[in-house]
Amino acid sequence: MYRKVPQFVETHLEEIIDSWKARMKDEHGEKFFHIMPEEVIERTSRDFTELVVSSLTEESGQYEEKLHNFSERIVRLGWSISLVMKAIENFADTLYDLLRKAEILDDSNVAEYFDILNNWIKPLRQEVVEMYSRTWERTVNLQKIALQELSASLIPVFDKISVMPLVGTIDTERAKLIMENLLDGVVRHRAEVVLLDITGVPVVDTMVAHHIIQAADAVRLVGARCMLVGIRPEIAQTIVALGISLEDFTTTSTLQRGMQEALALTNRKIMEVDEQ
Amino acid sequence: MAYRSSVDIHTEWDIVAARQLGRNEAKKVGFGTVDQARITTAISELARNIYLYAGAGKIEIERLNEGGLFGIAIIASDEGPGIPDVRKVMEDGYSTSGGLGAGMPGVKRLMDDFRVDTERGKGTKITAIKWLR
Repeated sequence: MYRKVPQFVETHLEEIIDSWKARMKDEHGEKFFHIMPEEVIERTSRDFTELVVSSLTEESGQYEEKLHNFSERIVRLGWSISLVMKAIENFADTLYDLLRKAEILDDSNVAEYFDILNNWIKPLRQEVVEMYSRTWERTVNLQKIALQELSASLIPVFDKISVMPLVGTIDTERAKLIMENLLDGVVRHRAEVVLLDITGVPVVDTMVAHHIIQAADAVRLVGARCMLVGIRPEIAQTIVALGISLEDFTTTSTLQRGMQEALALTNRKIMEVDEQ
Repeated sequence: MAYRSSVDIHTEWDIVAARQLGRNEAKKVGFGTVDQARITTAISELARNIYLYAGAGKIEIERLNEGGLFGIAIIASDEGPGIPDVRKVMEDGYSTSGGLGAGMPGVKRLMDDFRVDTERGKGTKITAIKWLR
């Protein structure tokens, strides 16, 4: 039995792949085969069957390495995990049907067959799931880092004037980061006026407002002034409806106007130069 | 049956998901940018309350059509501790978490209809509706 199954797989490769494909088509419709180019499916299913054979014939160390490479490639193809799981299951079912038809498998040795099946399907499944979750974790971590890099840098624009453009959703973690960078930057750049630009913040709710107010208070404590700029009309209306008081702030609709005010506050202005 | 979709709230990022859903639904109903901002802000407040006070819950968004009048309903429900004193919560400036205390009264002002059903130890269900005019 332990020899017959891999032998069968090897000799009936085409048949197995064809009927496995038919099964996948039945379940997922033509869609599955539309997404994937024909040769990718062809190659992958061939690799997969080879993997099956090697799981039954080769030393365990070699098999594990092959398995690892295979699942890595599958994940990189970007197929959904449920699809891959389904494919594995369908493959096992297909093989079972064909073995039965070929009368290699009968009621007497069915238990033995399931033993073999278990030994290659279980680690395969596990490996695929693990590979997927590792990839996801990696992606999430990378994105977190990317997001943090985007978050809240204080840009010194003129002497004594700095700008912090805020883009995206502000959650508790980012609010903390904003506060730190803001205070740090104000002291380092010796800013007297800081402009917080919220043009890129999609929603200003009470929590975001609360964080902004706190940040401004802290900026005041280190001896600078905070201005809130980039308030879009719809945000202005929601702030009013929420009943949030921003009276202690200078606020403007655009960064440009905020900059003019900031220059005025530090006794400067922008003038056009006459060319002579 | 009105069209209804929902987002479960477990983490802070689910608030963003709920907001996104609300904004998309509001767009489909035909709300302008100002009302979209109102609706998403209201969802943000309600979802954050779930996250802060109940730990978990869900936000449901329902498109309404009552006799040619279109609108959107936000249903925020949880099985948290309930609100001990609803009247107090609706006062401006009242907060138990050190926030601004503008959330609940703010949502009421942002939306057209607002209803709170709460029972101590059982949970809270808040329904807020905005009509399209």
